[in-house]
Amino acid sequence: MSQTEVKTEYWRWPEYRNTAPNVNWNNAKAITAGVDIGSVGSKAAVLVDGELYACAAMRTGGVSEATAVKVIDWALEGTGLEIGKLNYVVGTGYGRVNVPFAKRTITEIACHARGAHYIYGPTVRTVLDIGGQDCKAIRCDDKGKVLSFLMNDKCAAGTGRGLEVFADLIRVPIREMDKVSLDVDQDPPPVSNTCVIFAKAEALALLRQGWSKEKVAAAYHIAMANRIVDLLSRVGVEKDFVITGGVAKNMGIVRRLERILNIKPLEPRMDPILAGALGAGLFAKALYEKEQGLR
Amino acid sequence: MRAHYGYKDGSGDYFIIVETDKCNGCGKCVEACPYQVLEMVPNEFDLEGNPMAAVREEHRKKIKYSCAPCKPVAGERKLPCVLACEPKAIEHSW
Amino acid sequence: MITAGVDVGAKYAKVVILKDGQVIARAKALVGFDLLKSATDVFETALKDAAISRNDIQRVVATGMGRNTVVQKPPINADEAVSEVVSAAAGAHFIVPTTKTVIDVGAEEGRGIKVESGKVKDFVINERCAAGAGTFIETMARALEVQVEEMGPMALKSVNTIPMNAQCCVFAESEVVSLIHSKISKEDISKAIHDAIAGRISSMVLRVGVEKDVVLIGGVALDPGFKSPLEKELKANIIVPEYPEYVSALGAAVVAANPTR
Repeated sequence: MSQTEVKTEYWRWPEYRNTAPNVNWNNAKAITAGVDIGSVGSKAAVLVDGELYACAAMRTGGVSEATAVKVIDWALEGTGLEIGKLNYVVGTGYGRVNVPFAKRTITEIACHARGAHYIYGPTVRTVLDIGGQDCKAIRCDDKGKVLSFLMNDKCAAGTGRGLEVFADLIRVPIREMDKVSLDVDQDPPPVSNTCVIFAKAEALALLRQGWSKEKVAAAYHIAMANRIVDLLSRVGVEKDFVITGGVAKNMGIVRRLERILNIKPLEPRMDPILAGALGAGLFAKALYEKEQGLR
Repeated sequence: MRAHYGYKDGSGDYFIIVETDKCNGCGKCVEACPYQVLEMVPNEFDLEGNPMAAVREEHRKKIKYSCAPCKPVAGERKLPCVLACEPKAIEHSW
Repeated sequence: MITAGVDVGAKYAKVVILKDGQVIARAKALVGFDLLKSATDVFETALKDAAISRNDIQRVVATGMGRNTVVQKPPINADEAVSEVVSAAAGAHFIVPTTKTVIDVGAEEGRGIKVESGKVKDFVINERCAAGAGTFIETMARALEVQVEEMGPMALKSVNTIPMNAQCCVFAESEVVSLIHSKISKEDISKAIHDAIAGRISSMVLRVGVEKDVVLIGGVALDPGFKSPLEKELKANIIVPEYPEYVSALGAAVVAANPTR
């Protein structure tokens, strides 16, 4: 480590890769992959006959094509597979058009619905995806087919980015924001401004008035949850309800959503941030099988 | 399938909603819009991929401003896209 | 007759003192967390500049986001409060009697007003979103690491049109950073920023209709890079009066002088 001061980046979340220990690709009929290039995070999921085998999640770099290659290479690391061995790859997400090795791109809405069914099961009817720079609400049927959707990627409020701004403001690492926001005896009134810029100014005034950072974090989490519920109400919420995307791991948001909606979201059996990539990988399997069927 | 195009920000909710089950792909709304806000795209949500109306990518994040000229503060409100649609598949949330 | 207008804005408090139809003092200062104190300090500065005391003023009218904080509160003791739309219309009409359209862009709100003989006929407000007001330009100035006063002159030097994709102040900030990394000049970026906000404001103004004479007021009117993209979008000539940031306060003083309005 050098002597120079390392600037603590409060908004950075950890990157990782993983291989499922009980899955192997030796006799696989279809080895497919989904790559989800988000504006903040990029994810890759490799599936063996429709079951998750390897995955990786990393921050999206400046050039989407390079990130796409990086994330799939990282997912494949140590598996003995390389891009050429993949039977079919589907790209999705904000930068989905920038996955050079993908055979097709499919809208992130459809991929998220499909991926949510994989992660949470066939009872899923409402998917809420809170990503780094957008917020999506999806209603689907028992097959994961989309019945209604809404996406907001114009406004930072209600997205991970809003949380990052606040994490930076109160100097709390983004991973701990939820814990900090729940560390209050009683939920304070929410910040009154939806706009992140105005909310930040409001929060500064509150801090100056003597509010603790826990209280400010709580006030913002509640405001964010209220806004998300507003968006959700446009498509309607039907059980079972699930949350995907990076912010799904923020218990400060999840607990408040539960309270307002009076519905408990299902517990994920794996990292919900992978929903888009998983769904894309599943679409890749279906498309590959269709292709093979035609031959 | 109800496709909501637009956003919600501090100043309000702005969504153009296309009911794709009702949309017959006629494209009259696209022609009627004076500002090229709409376009026909293949439906990515079902296997057939039939054409359906959608808001152009570049307008989705500023739909409030794109549609502003058709929403005068005073006088009668006539939305050309809504009026042109026979199956009533398109609506505005504001 | 001496009247005063106090405009307690989101960023600045402005005071104008009017004597028999002539402006005898103008003062402004940044507002702090205590709005009443900030407004009072500015008011007292204006009194000193005019060499008068509060007792010499027959009526005081307040306007702006913080207007209610100074009504019946000493020493300002404003007699009434009027909305920004009313004061903007009155002030613009006072300076340009042929005003039919007023565009008022402040730190946190943008307003389009249809005016008939100084009275409000229709209006539209762009509020609660930083991308639609002066805060947008200020935030981008920070991202470009320049003073906000430099933004306009920089934009005027640009010769290239670069579109901005982000419609949100927070996302635009990131976009500006990536534009800088792509070696786009700060002049071109500043022009893109001005084009973006001019596009938003002009769309809103179209909702009340554009009829000449069109007058631009508010703090953002001080930005020389804002007028030209706005004129281009609205396809109309725009008049920017002297001291545009004071026009609303002046309008409040005018309203104070005509209580039967």
